[in-house]
Amino acid sequence: MVDRIRPYLALIATQVRGQASYRTSFFFDLAGNVFFLGADLLALLVMLRTSGSLGGFDRAQVLVVFGLSQVAFALADLAVGNIERLRTYVRSGTLDTVLVRPLGVLGQLLAMDVGTRRLGRLVYSAGILAYALRLAHVHWTPAKALLVVVAPVAGAVFFASIFVATATVAFWWIESGELGNIVTYGGRDFTGYPVSVFGGWFRRLFAYALGMGFVAYYPALALLGVRDPLGLPGWVGWAAPAAAPVAALVAGLVWRTGIRHYRSTGS
Amino acid sequence: MGFVTATAARQAGRNFFELAAQFRSFATIGFRRYATYRQATVASLATNTTFGFLRSYVLLAVVAASGAGSIAGYSRAQLMSFVWLGQGLIGVVLLWGWNDLSERIRSGDVVMDLLRPQHPVFAYVSADLGRAGYAFATRFLPPVVIGSIVFGMALPTRATTYALGLCSVLLAVLVCFLCRYLVNSCAYWLLDNRGPTMAWMVFSGVLGGLYFPLRMLPGWAMWALWLGTPFPSILQAPLDVISEHGGVPGPAAMLAVQAAWAVVLLAACLLVQRRAERRLVVQGG
Repeated sequence: MVDRIRPYLALIATQVRGQASYRTSFFFDLAGNVFFLGADLLALLVMLRTSGSLGGFDRAQVLVVFGLSQVAFALADLAVGNIERLRTYVRSGTLDTVLVRPLGVLGQLLAMDVGTRRLGRLVYSAGILAYALRLAHVHWTPAKALLVVVAPVAGAVFFASIFVATATVAFWWIESGELGNIVTYGGRDFTGYPVSVFGGWFRRLFAYALGMGFVAYYPALALLGVRDPLGLPGWVGWAAPAAAPVAALVAGLVWRTGIRHYRSTGS
Repeated sequence: MGFVTATAARQAGRNFFELAAQFRSFATIGFRRYATYRQATVASLATNTTFGFLRSYVLLAVVAASGAGSIAGYSRAQLMSFVWLGQGLIGVVLLWGWNDLSERIRSGDVVMDLLRPQHPVFAYVSADLGRAGYAFATRFLPPVVIGSIVFGMALPTRATTYALGLCSVLLAVLVCFLCRYLVNSCAYWLLDNRGPTMAWMVFSGVLGGLYFPLRMLPGWAMWALWLGTPFPSILQAPLDVISEHGGVPGPAAMLAVQAAWAVVLLAACLLVQRRAERRLVVQGG
C-alpha cells in the first residue's frame, strides 16, 4: 500500500517545493484566495444588513449554511481544484506524458498540481463556520459534533466530484471555456444560501436533481434543529452526507468514459 | 546603421479622417477576432445566465425579508433590471479574463505593438471598442431578454434614458478597458502578473456593484467608492442609469463621474506607457 502511494507523495512534494520557491507568487495566491472569500462574505453581510434574514433564516443561521458550504468548497478546491487545467493539457497534448507513466491518470493529475496556495481559504472559512456556530447557539450533542465534521468532508467530496466531472467535458469539447463554472463556482454560490431563497425549477434542478441542497443546507438544518420550510423530514439533514459517495460514483464513471475519448493533438 | 530605438516614431493621424480610418481598422479587427470565438461566447452566455438566476433569487429574497416593497430605492422590477443588465454588461465591458497585454509583455511579443506607428493605447482601445460592439449583440441582449421574460424587468420609461444609457455603457467600456490596460501594464515591472490580476478580479466585482447594488451600503462608503475608485463607473453607473433609479447620484452626476474617471485613467495609461517603454527589456533577445 505504502509503495503504491509513494510515487504520488513524491509528485506532491515536488509541487509544493516548486510553488514555494516563487515566493511573491505564492503569497499573492494565498492572499488572493482569502480576499475572494472576503468579497463573498461582504456581499452576504451587506444583504443581511438590509433584510435581517434570508429565506426565513436569521443572520446566524444563514452564516452557518454559508460557513459549511465554504469549508466544503475550500477543502475540495485545495485537493482537486487544479483539475480545471485538464483543458489546457488536452489542448496542448501534454496529457500524453501523463498517460505513458505507470500510474493512475487521475491520481497523477491531482498530485501534479496541489493547491497549497488555497490553504488560506480553508483556514478562513473554518473560522467563519466556527464563529457562525457560536452565534447560532447550537445545542451540542455527540451526534451533532460528528455531523459538523462529516458534513464538510462529505461536501468536499461532492464538490470534488463536480470538479472532476466538469473538467472531463474537455475531452469532448476543448473550448468548453467557463461552462464548468456554472456548477463549480455556481454550485459554491448556490450552496452558500438557504435553499428556501431560490424558487421554481431552478431550485429543483440545483438543490435536488444535482443534489446541492445536501451539501450545506440540510446538514445545517440538522445542526440548528430547525424544521425545513420546504417540507422535507428532519432525518434528511443527517442522511445528507450520503449524497457525496453517489456523486463520486457518477464522477468516476464520467471520468472513465471521458479518458477513453482522449485523442492526442496529433502534432 | 544607426542606433535602433525600442519604439517607432509615432505618427498620429494627420487629420481627423485618417485617425478615424485607423480607428475603424483596429475596431474591425477586434470585432472579427471575438466573432470567431463562438463556442466561448455560448459558454460565457450560459454562465452569465445561470448566475443571473442565482442573483435574482437572492435579491428577491432580500426584498421579501425586508418587508417593504423595495430596497435601497429599487423596486422589485428595478432590482431585476439591475441583475440582468449587470449579467449582460459583464461581457460588454469584459470585466474578467483579459490578459492579452500582460502575456505579450511576458513573452516579448509586445514589441510588435510598440513598433506600430500608432500609439499602443490607441490601437488597443480601438480594438476593444470593436470587441464591445460584438459583445453588445451577443452577450448583452440574450441575458436581458431571458431576464425580462422569466422575472420581468423595469423597461426605461423615458426616451432620454436610452441615449444616456448608451453613453454610460460606452464610458463604462472605456473605463473598464483603461483599468485593464493599467493592470496588464504592471507586467512591465513584475512579469508575473498574477497578483494585480487577482486584486482586480476581487475588487472590480464586489466594489463595482455586481453582487449587490452599492446603494445598499452606508452613504459614506458608497460615496467613497464612487469618488475614490473607478469600480462603480464600470457597472453600477450604467445599471442605475438604465434602470432609472431615482436617488442621488442622478444620471447626469454618474455620467460626469464616469467621464472624469475616463480622463484620469487615460492620463495614467499614457504616463505608465511612457515609463514602461523606457524600462522594457524584451525577453529572450
